[in-house]
Amino acid sequence: MTWSENAKVTAKLLTLAVSMLVFAIFVMPPLYDAFCEITGLNGKTGTKYEAVPAAVDRERLVTVQFVASNNENMPWAFRPSVVSVKVHPGEAMDTVFLADNPTGKLMVGQAIPSVVPFKAAQYFHKTECFCFNQQTLAAGESAELPLRFIIDPDLPASVNTITLSYTLFDVTERVSVNREFDNNNTGSEREG
Amino acid sequence: MAHGPQPGLSRWLYTTNHKDIGTMYLWFSFAMFLLGGCMALVIRAELFEPGLQIVQPEFFNQMTTMHGLIMVFGAVMPAFVGLANWMIPMMIGAPDMALPRMNNWSFWILPFAFAMLVSTLFMDGGAPNFGWTFYAPLSTEYAPPSVTFFIFAIHIMGASSIMGAINIIATILNMRAPGMTLMKMPLFVWTWLITAYLLIAVMPVLAGVVTMMLMDIHFGTSFFSAAGGGDPVLFQHVFWFFGHPEVYIMILPAFGIVSAIIPTFARKPLFGYSSMVYATASIAFLSFIVWAHHMFTVGMPIAGELFFMYATMLIAVPTGVKVFNWVTTMFRGSMTFETPMLFAVAFVILFTIGGFSGLMLSIAPADFQYHDTYFVVAHFHYVLVPGAIFSITAAVYYWLPKWTGNMYNETMGKVHFWLSFIGLNVTFFPMHFVGLAGMPRRIPDYALQFADFNQIASVGAFLFGASQLVFLFNVIRTIQGGKKATDEVWENPEGLEWTVASPAPYHTFSTPPAVR
Amino acid sequence: MLRGFNRLFALVATALPAGSIVAEEKAPERWGVNMPRGVTEVAQTTYDLHMLIFWICVAIGVLVFSVMFYSMWRHRKSKGYKAAQFHESTAVELVWTIIPTVILILMAIPATKTLYDIYDTEEAELDIMITGYQWKWKYDYLGADVSFFSNLSTPRAQIDNQLPKGESYLLEVDEPVVLPVGKKVRFLITANDVIHAWWVPDLAVKKDAIPGFINEAWTRIDEPGIYRGQCAELCGKDHGFMPIVVKAVPQAEYDQWLEQRAAEAAKMRELTEKTFTFDELIARGKEVYDRNCVACHQANGQGVPPTFPAIAGSAIATGPLAEHLSIVVDGSEKNPAMQAFGPQLSEADIAAVITYQRNAFGNDMGDTVQPIDILNFKNNQQ
Repeated sequence: MTWSENAKVTAKLLTLAVSMLVFAIFVMPPLYDAFCEITGLNGKTGTKYEAVPAAVDRERLVTVQFVASNNENMPWAFRPSVVSVKVHPGEAMDTVFLADNPTGKLMVGQAIPSVVPFKAAQYFHKTECFCFNQQTLAAGESAELPLRFIIDPDLPASVNTITLSYTLFDVTERVSVNREFDNNNTGSEREG
Repeated sequence: MAHGPQPGLSRWLYTTNHKDIGTMYLWFSFAMFLLGGCMALVIRAELFEPGLQIVQPEFFNQMTTMHGLIMVFGAVMPAFVGLANWMIPMMIGAPDMALPRMNNWSFWILPFAFAMLVSTLFMDGGAPNFGWTFYAPLSTEYAPPSVTFFIFAIHIMGASSIMGAINIIATILNMRAPGMTLMKMPLFVWTWLITAYLLIAVMPVLAGVVTMMLMDIHFGTSFFSAAGGGDPVLFQHVFWFFGHPEVYIMILPAFGIVSAIIPTFARKPLFGYSSMVYATASIAFLSFIVWAHHMFTVGMPIAGELFFMYATMLIAVPTGVKVFNWVTTMFRGSMTFETPMLFAVAFVILFTIGGFSGLMLSIAPADFQYHDTYFVVAHFHYVLVPGAIFSITAAVYYWLPKWTGNMYNETMGKVHFWLSFIGLNVTFFPMHFVGLAGMPRRIPDYALQFADFNQIASVGAFLFGASQLVFLFNVIRTIQGGKKATDEVWENPEGLEWTVASPAPYHTFSTPPAVR
Repeated sequence: MLRGFNRLFALVATALPAGSIVAEEKAPERWGVNMPRGVTEVAQTTYDLHMLIFWICVAIGVLVFSVMFYSMWRHRKSKGYKAAQFHESTAVELVWTIIPTVILILMAIPATKTLYDIYDTEEAELDIMITGYQWKWKYDYLGADVSFFSNLSTPRAQIDNQLPKGESYLLEVDEPVVLPVGKKVRFLITANDVIHAWWVPDLAVKKDAIPGFINEAWTRIDEPGIYRGQCAELCGKDHGFMPIVVKAVPQAEYDQWLEQRAAEAAKMRELTEKTFTFDELIARGKEVYDRNCVACHQANGQGVPPTFPAIAGSAIATGPLAEHLSIVVDGSEKNPAMQAFGPQLSEADIAAVITYQRNAFGNDMGDTVQPIDILNFKNNQQ
C-alpha cells in the first residue's frame, strides 16, 4: 500500500520482463542451435568434426545421397559430382560438388547443409566441408568443392539411406553490407 | 479526496482514475473491434463466391493480417485490461490502482501504436501482408517496407501491456482491503493475476522476436536467414513461445468473468472455487510447454512431436475441470436468463466446442490434415469469439448498471444475444466443414466444392457484424438514461463492487471496507 | 502443335466411357463436411483416428450438454425451483480429473502408433525432390533426368470471372507430378524463397517446405487416380494459386511416362542448338507467355502499372535486345515482382517468349532470338 512496496513489486516485475527480453534475443537462438545439433532438428549437422580412430564396420553399407539446390536467384550452376555413394560406417569418404559462376561478376556463395532423416544428422560427421566457409568465384570461374565425411558406426540400424542436401545462397551483398557495417562499428559482433 | 473529475478533455488526457482509464480502454477496444470487424467483412465479402471480385490477393493478405493483429492486440487485450481497471480495485476494496500515473501512460500509448499500425495501409507497398503470425522470411526479406512501422507498433503495444500487467499485479498484491486474503479474492481477480504474470513473461519475448526481425532487416544479422547461419524455423519457436501463452492471456480473464456471472444468475455459490484457481494456474503453466503444437508440420524429430502432443492433450484436463465446475454451479440452482447469463451460458457451450476441436488438433497425425486449414480458423474463432468476445460482452451487460447507474434495455440485450449467437454459429460452424474438406486458410479464392459453405459463412458474418450495432446503441442509451439500477443491481450478487452505490462514485473505498 | 494435339486427345478421352481411362477421378463433392478417407494406408489410419476422436468428443459433449440443458430446463427460478447451496466435493472433482486423463491416454496410444508410421521413411523405392517457389512447385525425380515446374493452369479469365469456372477451378496444373501406385515414394521437400507447405489431403501428406533445409515425407498410393492439393502455408500474394496435382498411375505407365520425359529433356537440349523460324518462336512464345507472364503482365500485354508494367510499347520490349534478355533472364533489381526466369525456363522457351513479346501487343520489332543466344547470354554476362 505504501509507495515503497509498489516500487519493490514494480522493480521485480520489470527485472522479470527485461530478463525475458534478454532470454528471447540472447539465449533462445543459441539454445535452439544447440538443441538442433543434439536432436538433428532441421537436419543440422554441426561444425567441423575431429576424426577419432574408429573401427570400420565392414558388414554394413549405408547409402548417402547428395542433393544440391540454389536459393532464389543464385545463378551458379551447382551440383554433386555423383548422385550417391555407398559407404561403410567409420570409413572416411571424399566427394566433390561442382560449382560454376556463369555471370560476369565476382560472387560469394554460402552452402547450407541439411540431412534427413533427422535422427541420422548427429551421426553424420564432416571432417572437411566447403560449407564451413563462404565460396568466392570470379566471373566465369568454376570450382570443385571438396567434402569429406565419416558416418558414425553408432548410426541406428534402422537407417540405411542418408540424404545430404546443400542449398546454395548468394551472399555477395550480405558480405559487402557486413563489411561496411564492420567498418563503421569496429569490433562489433555479427552472426554467421 | 472527495473531489470529482476535472471538466472537459483534460479529464481524459491527464486522468489517473481507474474508472476513467477503464472506460477509455473499453471504448478504445470497441472501436478496434469495429475496425477489425470491418476488415473481417472485407474478407468474407471476397470469399462470398469463387473468383476475385472485390479485392486483389495483395490487399486480401493485408486484411487477414490486420484483422488478426487488431482483434488480438487492439480489441481483446485492451478490453480485458479495461475491465481489470474498472473492477479489480472495486473487487478487492482498493481506492484505485497501485500505480495510477503508469496506468495513464499505459493507456495513452495504445492509440499511437494502433495509429501507426493502421497507417501502414496507406504506405507504399501496403500494410503488413504476412499473416498475424508473421513467419520469417516472408516477414523479413520478403516483407513490404511498412514492416518497420509494424515492428515499432508491436513494441509500443508490448510496453503498454507490460505496464498494465505490472500495475495489476502491484494492485492485487499490495492494495487488498484487510481480510481479503488471496483465497477470498473473486475469480476474476485471480485469473487476471495469473494472466498478468503471463503477460510479463511473454510480451518481452514478442518484443524480442520483432527486434530480431528488425536486426535482420536493417542491420545485417541473420537470426532467421539460413544464408547467414540462422534458421527461419527459430522464428516460429520464439514466436509460439510467446504465442501460446498469449492465447491463454485472451481466455483466462474470460474464465473469471463467467465464474462471476453464472453463480449470480444461478443464485448458488460457484462450485469448486479452489479447484478453479488451481486449474487456472496449471493451464498457465502448461501454456509454456506446448508451443510447438502450432508447428507439427514443420519437421520435428518424433520425440519432440510426441512430447508436444502429450503436453497439449493434457491441457484438456484442467479445462475440463472448469467446464464441469460451471455446469455443476448451474445444476440445482435457481436460474434466470438475463442477457449476461445468456452470454455466459453460450460461452460455456461454444467454448467447449472450441475445446473439442482443440483436442482434435492436438493429435499430431490428425493435425497433419487439419493444420493451416479452415478447421483451424473455425477452432480458434470458436475459442476467441464466444470465449473472449462473448465474455467481454457479458461483463459489460453485467457491470454496466453499476458503471452508469442505469439498467440497460433487456429486450434489446436479448435481441443482441440471439443475433450474435446465430450469426456466430452460421459464420464459423461451416468453416469446420470446408477445413476438413481441404480448404487452406488465408486464401483469397477457392475451388468450387467449397463455395456453398463459404457463402453461408459470409452471410453469418454480416449478421454477426450488424448485431454489434445493437449492442453499441443499447450501451449509449443506457449511459444517457433509463431505469435506475439499485446498488445491488442483481439478486444477492456476491462481491464488494455491489456494496457501493450505483453508479459507482468517482472514488470508491477511500477507506477500506471490512471483509468477512 | 504437340500441346494442341494433347488437348484434342484429352477431349476425346473424356468422351470415352470412364472405364477405359486409367487415371479416373471422382468429381469433388459439394457440401462435403468431412476429411477424405484417402488412398493410402496412412491416410486411412489418420481418417480413422480423426473419426475416433471426433466421436469421443461428441460423446463427452452430449453428456455434459445434456446435464446442462436438463438443469437449464428444470432448475429455473420461474418454475419456483429453490437453489441448493452445495459448492464443493473433493470426490466428484477427483473423478472428473481422473476419467478425462484415462480417456486421453486411450487416445494417445493409436495417435503415437500412427505417428511412428508416418515417420518411417526408410526403404523408399523412389525419391522425389519437391521445391516450393513463389508461386509454383518444382519436381525433381532423383536419379532420372526429369525435372519440371508445375504451374496453375486455370486461365486468368476464370479467376477474374470473365469465363465460367471449370470443374477443377484453381486445382489444376500444367504438369502434374506422376507417381507409380503401390510403390513407397519418398518426398524431399524444400523451398526456394519463403516457407511453403506441400499438402495433398488424399495422401495425408502435409509438410512445410523451408528455404535452406529439407524435410521428408512418404506415401504409397493404393489406387490410380488424380489427387489434388494446395500450398498450405501463407507464402505471399499468390499463396492461393499454387495447387498440387498428383497423378497416380500403374508402374508400366509410369515407366513409359518417365522414359518419355527423359527423352523430352534430351530433345530440349537438342532444341537449344537448333534454329527456329519466326513463326515457330511466336507460337511457342505465346504458350510460354500464357503460362508464365500473363498473371502479372496480363493477356493484352497492358500489365497492371505501376507494379506490373505493360509489355505493349514498353521501353524494354521495344528497346535494345540485351536489356530485354537481361530482365527476363536475371529479373529486375528495381522491381522484385519481376523474377529471374533464367533458372526456371529452358533456353528455347526464353528465346520464344522474348521474340513473342517483341512482336505482339502492337510491338513490331521484327527481330528473333534463338535459344543459342540465350545460352551465350547466360555464359557471357558482362
